[in-house]
Amino acid sequence: MSILSVRGVSRVFTSRDAKATVALQATDLEVAENDFITILGPSGCGKSTLLRIVAGLDTQSSGSVLLDGKPVAGPGADRGMVFQSYTLFPWLTVRDNVCFGLRERGLPRDEQRAIADTFIHKVGLRGFEQHYPKQLSGGMQQRTALARALANSPRMLLMDEPFGALDHQTRELMQELLLGIWERERKTVLFVTHDIDEAVFMGTRVVVMSARPGRIKLDRAVPIAHPRHYSVKTTTDFATLKAELTEQVRAEVIASQNAAP
Amino acid sequence: MRPLVPVSPGARIALGASFFVLFVAFWSLITFGGFVPKTFLADPVAMLKSGYVLIAEMGFGHDIGMTVWRVVGGFVIAAALALPLGVLMGAYKPIEAFLEPFVSFSRYLPASAFIPLLILWAGIGEAQKLAVIFIGSFFQLVLMIAVAVGNARRDLVEAAYTLGATDGTLVRRVLIPGAAPEIAEILRMVLGWAWTYIIVAELIGASSGIGHMIVDSQALLATDQIIFGIIVIGVIGLISDFIFKWANRRLFPWAALGK
Repeated sequence: MSILSVRGVSRVFTSRDAKATVALQATDLEVAENDFITILGPSGCGKSTLLRIVAGLDTQSSGSVLLDGKPVAGPGADRGMVFQSYTLFPWLTVRDNVCFGLRERGLPRDEQRAIADTFIHKVGLRGFEQHYPKQLSGGMQQRTALARALANSPRMLLMDEPFGALDHQTRELMQELLLGIWERERKTVLFVTHDIDEAVFMGTRVVVMSARPGRIKLDRAVPIAHPRHYSVKTTTDFATLKAELTEQVRAEVIASQNAAP
Repeated sequence: MRPLVPVSPGARIALGASFFVLFVAFWSLITFGGFVPKTFLADPVAMLKSGYVLIAEMGFGHDIGMTVWRVVGGFVIAAALALPLGVLMGAYKPIEAFLEPFVSFSRYLPASAFIPLLILWAGIGEAQKLAVIFIGSFFQLVLMIAVAVGNARRDLVEAAYTLGATDGTLVRRVLIPGAAPEIAEILRMVLGWAWTYIIVAELIGASSGIGHMIVDSQALLATDQIIFGIIVIGVIGLISDFIFKWANRRLFPWAALGK
């Protein structure tokens, strides 16, 4: 049973001189409960556009997005999002950032704090509740952003290259953290990345998008059981899938570089 | 000395104070040295003496009080109206499109040029003084606050929406707190401008206030009193600046982080 259905969704941007750019061709995607879908593709392939349309932050030019059978109209708390840029509210402490959505729902203050602290502990930030975002490292800010999205108990978690700005080691730790949380809580996740290792390590399914104008060109289940330890990155299954995806993505990157601007 | 390398707090205060010392030393040199006639420029000691006389015997304290009251009164009225209007203009683009051209135009109307008209409308009482301050600061405040609010980070706005914010809570919980430190800074700046308007208003038609004392002193060629009056204005400006800066640091501790 699908929780999210993307049906024939396309996005055409019209510039000032009325030139139309197709960012996303008509795309279909079915996301089942507990799926962790990673979307891979070269930059500018429309993968972030697709995610933003699902989030309701952008509007499709055609097609429809259904969440639990109901069409998506605008952003909402049922689709939590973690962005690539650091989007914590700088005037709020870590705890108040995590409380943001809970306060929006009108929960009593005690309850807000209790829920927020649970998620702050889950992302390993106990002791940092009173810190402001500027006092945190990039990795800690993204952990807070993750806690903020999860605390809202959304139907789905949308992640737009959330670890893209982090250094390699921090990124790997963040992947394990997120995967651990997903394995315990069984959230449904749509995760955009251009890192093939990340896509294979985290995903139950990997979707590869073509160069602009973007469309889904490949959809593969990842044949690795959960829970996954980081050592799965050295297994044959991992290497085989990674090799195939590398070929596919590489072809698209070359295509996008040869395309006329 | 290297570009952009900060100085220690102690050196900062010492450097800042030493310019004042240099300034007074130069002033003393040209006055006590007899390079400038006393009629044109009083020396620092005469200035302090007449300042004492002004405050102790001629009720200058009352004048200072009146001027401060006028500036603060006019400014508070202007800010109280400019804040909501500026926030609305910054947040809602149709409201901005409706009001921005007129406010931009009004901003360039010199407040001092309104004084004759305001005397005609409101007499030379307090209402006229408050009106000068209001005209001088209201339009500036509205425009600058609207820009500050409109410059909200779009990614924070999007994050708020995905957390369930509505249009109303977005303004209240994201746009206003995000712009608050900048708005406080705008208030501090425009208050400084308000000080220049009040003196002009008092020069033209008033029976009390620092500006009024300065005009009286001009008739008597009392340059020592004029200079004392000007310095008092400077000192009050400096004090209000300090208060604002201190309050901003206390109110918005997060804004100063990482700078």
